[in-house]
Amino acid sequence: MNDRIKTPLIATKDLSVHYPLRSTKLFGPPPVVRAVEGVNINIAPGSFFGLVGESGSGKTTLGRALLKAAPITRGEVTYNDGEVNFDLTDIEKQDLQEYRRRAQLIFQDPYAALSPRMTVRDIIAEPLEVMGITKSREETDQRVREIAAKCRLNLEHLRRFPHAFSGGQRQRISIARALVSNPKFVVADESVAALDVSIQADVLNLLKDIQKEMGLAFLFISHDLSVVAHVCDYVAVMYLGRLVETAPTRQLFAAPRHPYTKALLSAIPSLDPDDYGKAEKLEGEIPSPTNPPPGCKFQTRCRFAVDICRTQEPKLETEEGHDVACHRWRDLMEA
Amino acid sequence: MNKNKNLLEVENLTLQFDTDEGRITAVDNVSFSVAPGEVLGLVGESGSGKSVTAKSLMKLNPGNAIYSPETKINLHLENRSVDIMQLKSSKDMLVARGGAISMIFQEPMASFAPAITIGDQMVEQLLIHTDYSVAKAKKYSIEMLDRVGISDADKRFKQYAFELSGGMRQRAMIAMALSTKPKLLIADEPTTALDVTIQLQVIELMKDLVKEFGMGIIFITHDLGVIAQTADKVAVMYLGKLIEQGAVRDVIRNPSHPYTQGLIAALPKLDDLDAPLVAVAGDIPSPLERPPGCVFHTRCPVELGAQCRSMVPDFSSVASGHTVACHLIEASNVLDKKVAVS
Ligand SMILES: Nc1ncnc2c1ncn2[C@@H]1O[C@H](COP(=O)(O)OP(=O)(O)O)[C@@H](O)[C@H]1O
Ligand SMILES: Nc1ncnc2c1ncn2[C@@H]1O[C@H](COP(=O)(O)OP(=O)(O)O)[C@@H](O)[C@H]1O
Ligand code: SF4
Ligand code: SF4
Ligand SMILES: [Mg+2]
Ligand SMILES: [Mg+2]
Repeated sequence: MNDRIKTPLIATKDLSVHYPLRSTKLFGPPPVVRAVEGVNINIAPGSFFGLVGESGSGKTTLGRALLKAAPITRGEVTYNDGEVNFDLTDIEKQDLQEYRRRAQLIFQDPYAALSPRMTVRDIIAEPLEVMGITKSREETDQRVREIAAKCRLNLEHLRRFPHAFSGGQRQRISIARALVSNPKFVVADESVAALDVSIQADVLNLLKDIQKEMGLAFLFISHDLSVVAHVCDYVAVMYLGRLVETAPTRQLFAAPRHPYTKALLSAIPSLDPDDYGKAEKLEGEIPSPTNPPPGCKFQTRCRFAVDICRTQEPKLETEEGHDVACHRWRDLMEA
Repeated sequence: MNKNKNLLEVENLTLQFDTDEGRITAVDNVSFSVAPGEVLGLVGESGSGKSVTAKSLMKLNPGNAIYSPETKINLHLENRSVDIMQLKSSKDMLVARGGAISMIFQEPMASFAPAITIGDQMVEQLLIHTDYSVAKAKKYSIEMLDRVGISDADKRFKQYAFELSGGMRQRAMIAMALSTKPKLLIADEPTTALDVTIQLQVIELMKDLVKEFGMGIIFITHDLGVIAQTADKVAVMYLGKLIEQGAVRDVIRNPSHPYTQGLIAALPKLDDLDAPLVAVAGDIPSPLERPPGCVFHTRCPVELGAQCRSMVPDFSSVASGHTVACHLIEASNVLDKKVAVS
């Protein structure tokens, strides 16, 4: 493998995002929400990188931090697409503008986020105009038409208002808007969560096609592991602000190492009614990130927890390109 | 004693709404039944009419709802039957609503008044529907909270709904819905907003409670996996029409309506990551532009032409208790009969 390929597009080192809360106590430090804690992540150019975990695990916050849309409390985030490279923790205003063009977010529903008085054309064109990317209206229209066609929206669609569209079409509008500035990195946060299954596949296939064609990298955030299994080539599992397991998709689904990943997989409702009762039920809920338990963050729900889990936080170990943070993953794999 | 073995019988439910843009048909000639101790899964995509069907059973739809005169909804209780369509006075309705029928929703906040504690609401409900004293109602409410897996039930009893996590709130709502010992529980997407881990807890809890209380359940969801894990029977809806119905194993293993087949094919399967994801072509039509004939014909991959575009298909049987509304099945059934005769 040559070095160019190995250079990640996005790399973080010990990335943490903390939100201080208003103090409710008279004494002592104010409580802090540790939404993201010590995350090391490498996203290769052109990859489809999945991020999964229960709600509250910090997925959205991590995605936003990578777009420099959440405060970075500690650690590093670097971006390098071969043309430009930025250190997001120390970035000039002008560079940040350039970064915004290259790194984009797909809104879950553009209709909820945007003025209903804008036509689809205006919605898609807005990033170009705001960022001053195009020089003339003709150029803007040209770019909008190109990206719209890629997202299977025709000229007639561009003249209409978003409320006239179905969920699947709105999602395609949202995708076109995120891609119009020709980004290299796109965060798709629960982009198909609100769609019905019968049309979900359509949007997923579109994302895959576009990713290949435009050679961009996706951070695909989803609570649906079956979807992630089908579209992503790499998956990271998050729990209480930490990455607990990261691996190539097939490896992760064929041989999950972390007890949390196993439980998440097992909880997906099977289509076979005779599987009832076979799923491994995870008791309790994700603890509050304001007051995380000591040791392994998963110890309060893990049925394999032993003494060391309650005092020492496990470090990420890498074997065969598969990372896991669990004191017992080896003996559990043997068992 | 009631001779009828069904708890609930819905026949020819047709429901329209007057809207600014015209009259829309939300439910079209739907019939189904639920026996005591049975879980009927009602599945369909958004807008297919699941929630309004559920609300019809308690006459909870707003004033712009118009029921067809053919609509019959009968609830058979131990010693009497209630004709839901005839219910008018709010007192009659209360019997059906909080007493014999309870409903839980996707968003538990909808069931709780924001300014009243969970405990006070549970007690109030029990005082209306039972002859319990306040002390007994309180004790029983705490027992119910404990029964649904809420730790520190006596502490939670004094809290407000917004103070609980999503999963806990869902449990509290289930506790409240079951405290009056309803005969029929309607659960409208009770796990849709939950993580799979918490969903599994809630599904197991509900299955245990059916066993314990022997009530009938209508479990509404858009997730076929959830149906497979909860329901005994399943009814599939599309644009207000019931298009396939049967025992859960029959329908999931041998889906016979092209729409049900498409829905199952569209699910990303974990056991075959190489399988391409296939969408059902096209979009769900707006209720203002409901297709004539078979409502699914605009998206059906095997549409038969004029017949499908103009004639509403009848139900035909593919197996005992497994029925499908599709001209294709009708045609092949006729063929089978001819073969059998000759
Ligand atoms: N702006 C904020 N202020 C305080 N807490 C926050 C903020 N944003 C997120 N959080 C908290 O951070 C944690 C992680 O949230 P989030 O990133 O949204 O998780 P996910 O997307 O995995 O559901 C949650 O406990 C959430 O309440
Ligand atoms: N009060 C109402 N007035 C007008 N239309 C309604 C009303 N309630 C529901 N509808 C319409 O009825 C149809 C069925 O809705 P619903 O039962 O909520 O679907 P589902 O629960 O399957 O997603 C939809 O087209 C919806 O817009
Ligand atoms: S470190 Fe211990 S508690 Fe944490 S996941 Fe591994 S076995 Fe469970
Ligand atoms: S009736 Fe015709 S259009 Fe409808 S599902 Fe059957 S074959 Fe398809
Ligand atoms: Mg999120
Ligand atoms: Mg609904």
